[in-house]
Amino acid sequence: MFRNRWTYLGLAVIVGFMLAALFAPLLAPYDPLAMNLIEQLSRPSTTHWLGQDVNGSDILSRLLYGARISLVVSLAVVALAGSIGVLLGLISGYFGGWTDTLLMRLVDILLAFPGLLLAIALVAVLGPDVKNVIIALTVLGWVSFARLVRGQVLAVKEREFVMAARAAGASNRRIMLVHILPNIMGPVIVQATFSVAGVIIAESSLSFLGLGAPPGTPSWGAMLADGKQVLMDAPHVSIFPGLAIMLAVLAFNFVGDGLRDRYDPKGSSMKK
Amino acid sequence: MTNYFVKRLLLLIFVLFGVVTLVFFLIHLIPGDPVDIMLGDTAVAADKLALRHDLGLDQPVMQQYGRYLGHVVQGDLGVSIHSRAPVLGEIMARFPASAELMIGAMVVAMLIAFPLGILAALKPHGLLDASAMFFSFLGIAMPHFWLGPLLIILFSIQLNWLPVNGRGTLAHLVLPAITLGTAMAAMLSRMIRASLLDVLGEDYIRTARAKGLPERTVVLRHALRNALVPVITVIGLQVGVLLSGAIITEAIFDWPGLGTLLLDGISTRNYPLVQGCILFIATIYVLVNMLTDTAYGWADPRVRVR
Repeated sequence: MFRNRWTYLGLAVIVGFMLAALFAPLLAPYDPLAMNLIEQLSRPSTTHWLGQDVNGSDILSRLLYGARISLVVSLAVVALAGSIGVLLGLISGYFGGWTDTLLMRLVDILLAFPGLLLAIALVAVLGPDVKNVIIALTVLGWVSFARLVRGQVLAVKEREFVMAARAAGASNRRIMLVHILPNIMGPVIVQATFSVAGVIIAESSLSFLGLGAPPGTPSWGAMLADGKQVLMDAPHVSIFPGLAIMLAVLAFNFVGDGLRDRYDPKGSSMKK
Repeated sequence: MTNYFVKRLLLLIFVLFGVVTLVFFLIHLIPGDPVDIMLGDTAVAADKLALRHDLGLDQPVMQQYGRYLGHVVQGDLGVSIHSRAPVLGEIMARFPASAELMIGAMVVAMLIAFPLGILAALKPHGLLDASAMFFSFLGIAMPHFWLGPLLIILFSIQLNWLPVNGRGTLAHLVLPAITLGTAMAAMLSRMIRASLLDVLGEDYIRTARAKGLPERTVVLRHALRNALVPVITVIGLQVGVLLSGAIITEAIFDWPGLGTLLLDGISTRNYPLVQGCILFIATIYVLVNMLTDTAYGWADPRVRVR
């Protein structure tokens, strides 16, 4: 199915993370919230494979539960942002005119905020909470989908099969959803895969800054923030959550690259 | 040509207007009373009343909006709640540190990306190419807030070569600049490789080689110059990535820039300061984008026609 073996490796890692998140209660050797102040900051050992953090909590157990937050937030954001972006991109590209102008100017305004800035601002005013992180990253995320879909629709809507459908009396809604949408889903899926990687980093960044999940919740970014405080004495507290984030992001990027080779060979920079 | 620049300028004004509008309404998204949140439950009624009046929150929303717009146009971003100093003054005091960090990161990114991208393109699909591309994957996937601590562990704690945090000397800049610049280096090296590979397949490169020019001249004078046009655009657009990455990098290294100012504003619920920082950073980003776009349009006439 894929030419690149890195894509399969990426898929395997993603499945691994999903299983870890799903079966965290079964796999985690300890309660991720349990504190043990006598053994705080202990190094990896046979009883605690990845060591213990500032509160003496088991790092492996917190990592497994942390996978839940990262994956749930990233998949929720991509599903929401993707749906909104695809819908608005379809409408914008298909109807054109003032709808298109209005939406694209809104896109221009949202793109004027570099990277995470708008998400930081939104979470700062709405309050640090997983739900608000999802809202903020969705507000940020739909834009790239809308731009991509609009561009694709502009190209596809002039094709013969769309004209044929129109001549046959199909409604605009039917043309958009039945004729155009399936023909532009390839690049959308590629974008969605890369977006999951982006959202994992964004969510962890917000948690690292103290703007993500509430204090105490096992989240990869928050674990790194805790680790930063004890970097001198216990570097292992920072190393493992960072490794988990990097592996997850790499895996989604590998799969995204493989999908791009398959659906959009011209867009690939690796295959020249 | 003039038409193109006028269009870009109009879009710039529109976008800046949109940014100011969005930043103004941010404070109205705060659940509950913003003054209660900013001053806390223990504040006396007189202080609350005074702050409500200072922020204009005792007026109708549209009137507040008009007032805010008028002030922003005159460079008045309000007053910081705690220090009572003008927000713009606080921002300008921190801006040089952020600019220093971003320039440092750009230098690091280019020092890594150019040799890596060029070498990868010269021997595509070889071991060096694969290693360079693996680095680029790694660089993109490695979050700032992990790379920073790793560098601190290695260079500050284990080797004791560089300071852990703070600002002042060139040694203080090294780790933050590497932390912030690595992702950009990874992105740029891929871009340089792809762009150079495209150019190396052109007829004029074959002609240059057929003339017997040394390979070094062919690559550096003929190919790289033409491959640089899209790369320069990407460098300009990467300023946005640097601006938001700087917030996290500054937090890791306690770098006294705009990012730490913004985060201080968030933790102390100093919303006029938060609004000011966001508006300032977004405006810089929009202006840099506009300059990059304009430079690209000036360098490549095909862009203006599109």
